[in-house]
Amino acid sequence: MDINARRTRAFVTLWTILVLVAIYLPIVCGALASLSKGRYFGFPVREYSMEWWGKTVDSIEIGMLTRTSFAVAITVTLLSVVIAFFGALAFARYDWKGRRLFQKIVLLPIFFPQPVLGLALLLWFSALGIQTSWLTAVFAHLVWIVPVVTLVISIQVYGFDPTLEEAAYDLGCSRWQVFREVTLPLLWPGVWSGMLFAFLLSWGNFPLSLYTAGADSTIPKWLYAKMVAGYTPMVPALGTMSTLGAALALGLGGIVLYLYRRRQAQ
Amino acid sequence: MRATPSWWGAEAIALRLPAAGTRAALPVALLLTAGFVAPLVAIIAYSFATPRSFDVFSSFTLENYAGIFDTSNTVWLSFLWSGLFAIATVALLAVFAYPIAYGMDRLFGRWSSLVSILFVFPLFVSENVRLYGWVLFFIKNGVLDGSLKAVGFDGGPDILFTPGMILAGMVYTYLPFMLFPMTLGLAMVPKDLIDAARDLGASRLQIWREVELPLAMPGILIGMLLTFVLGIGAVAEAKILGGQSVIVIAHDIEIAFTYSQNWPLGSALAVVITLFIGVLTLAVFGKLDLDRLLGRR
Repeated sequence: MDINARRTRAFVTLWTILVLVAIYLPIVCGALASLSKGRYFGFPVREYSMEWWGKTVDSIEIGMLTRTSFAVAITVTLLSVVIAFFGALAFARYDWKGRRLFQKIVLLPIFFPQPVLGLALLLWFSALGIQTSWLTAVFAHLVWIVPVVTLVISIQVYGFDPTLEEAAYDLGCSRWQVFREVTLPLLWPGVWSGMLFAFLLSWGNFPLSLYTAGADSTIPKWLYAKMVAGYTPMVPALGTMSTLGAALALGLGGIVLYLYRRRQAQ
Repeated sequence: MRATPSWWGAEAIALRLPAAGTRAALPVALLLTAGFVAPLVAIIAYSFATPRSFDVFSSFTLENYAGIFDTSNTVWLSFLWSGLFAIATVALLAVFAYPIAYGMDRLFGRWSSLVSILFVFPLFVSENVRLYGWVLFFIKNGVLDGSLKAVGFDGGPDILFTPGMILAGMVYTYLPFMLFPMTLGLAMVPKDLIDAARDLGASRLQIWREVELPLAMPGILIGMLLTFVLGIGAVAEAKILGGQSVIVIAHDIEIAFTYSQNWPLGSALAVVITLFIGVLTLAVFGKLDLDRLLGRR
């Protein structure tokens, strides 16, 4: 390796580490604030305690909004993965007349500011006379998350060899058999990643939930309300817990994917 | 699409596939019609209603739009702020993300999947939680201020709730949206082309300018478009880190919809933003081959 290449490598590595530190710094700050005793945060932390974590876990209100967040995220995951699976086939697998247009239209909601989308949906629901609740929030999340999941699964579909399906048809498989025995197993890693994305994006979503969940509150929505007015150390505590929950989900999802890939490789 | 191998298979596919593609597209198409197109039509309809009323479809006026383009109104200032923030975010992110994208594509090897997971993960943490972490970092007696005092300085700089802080927050929040398309773009550059250019005596700068940059451009362009569009619609940064010292356009829309209960005005503002973003996005999409970018073989 010549000196220039080595210098580039050192610079790029250092810069990446620096940016990663900056990215995780605020998350660490939140964790510190949640673990310090006393109502107001001051640094260096004088005394650490789990007091606020305990209070957060015991709170009935927080239990309720955690359940709402879960209900929204699970429903969004299940619905979006089904819709997006077929969407991805249309996006990447089949050659059909409207495909190029379809690809662009699918991407549009991702390229659209979420606060504006949330408000437009709020207006639309009210025009239809629909009372907003966690169910309308599910719908709002779907509008944004289905395109993302479609994209995630599409990347898997691009690497998929359609002649395998044709071979199965030639061997006399029915449409359902081909789907169950060939298409789904081959696309499974993409489907699983798509589900992970759907769950985690819904879990952390704030702008859409803010306007479309009505009287129901999700974790990000509650956190925001308390940040603006009525800070308590339960805010960083719940924020940190929610972050850890997301990390856990991502870790478990990753392990499943890794094991699946290894089993396939054998 | 590749040529089909079996002679009767080709015929069957020609008959079967178009219908299958359309059918597969149907659920997404229905969802986006009901959840994306319809709300946009609704805000367009509302934007022509009498200001401060809910008389949609029963009144027609251009007053809302006239109000936006009236210079005595301060709403143009919000457009200006949002535009400036978005442009600055894109420019800074292009510079910040490029070395990382380059590293993920060329240098990190087996580490690059771990690095990408580390960059993806913050997307799953609500932006208000992460932005609030910055408040805890920069606030009086916060992490920075407290640490500096502890080692004998006068304390941290007073930069919270300033426009610069909002910009920093936006750069921070939207980094992954620049980084990942950029990495996809760089991955599209054939490595032997770079080797060939080097063998022919091109300098590093020449290789970068004549080979790498043009070939990676589709990805870079998507990243820039994505961060620009998200920057135009950003509001959490200005509210949490800006302490409402600056009103951005998405905040104006929100105020019109909530506190001032002026849905027609809010709708008109949303329509202007939508048109701007829509035209820009479709113009950029028109230049891109998504199949190639996403790795169709």
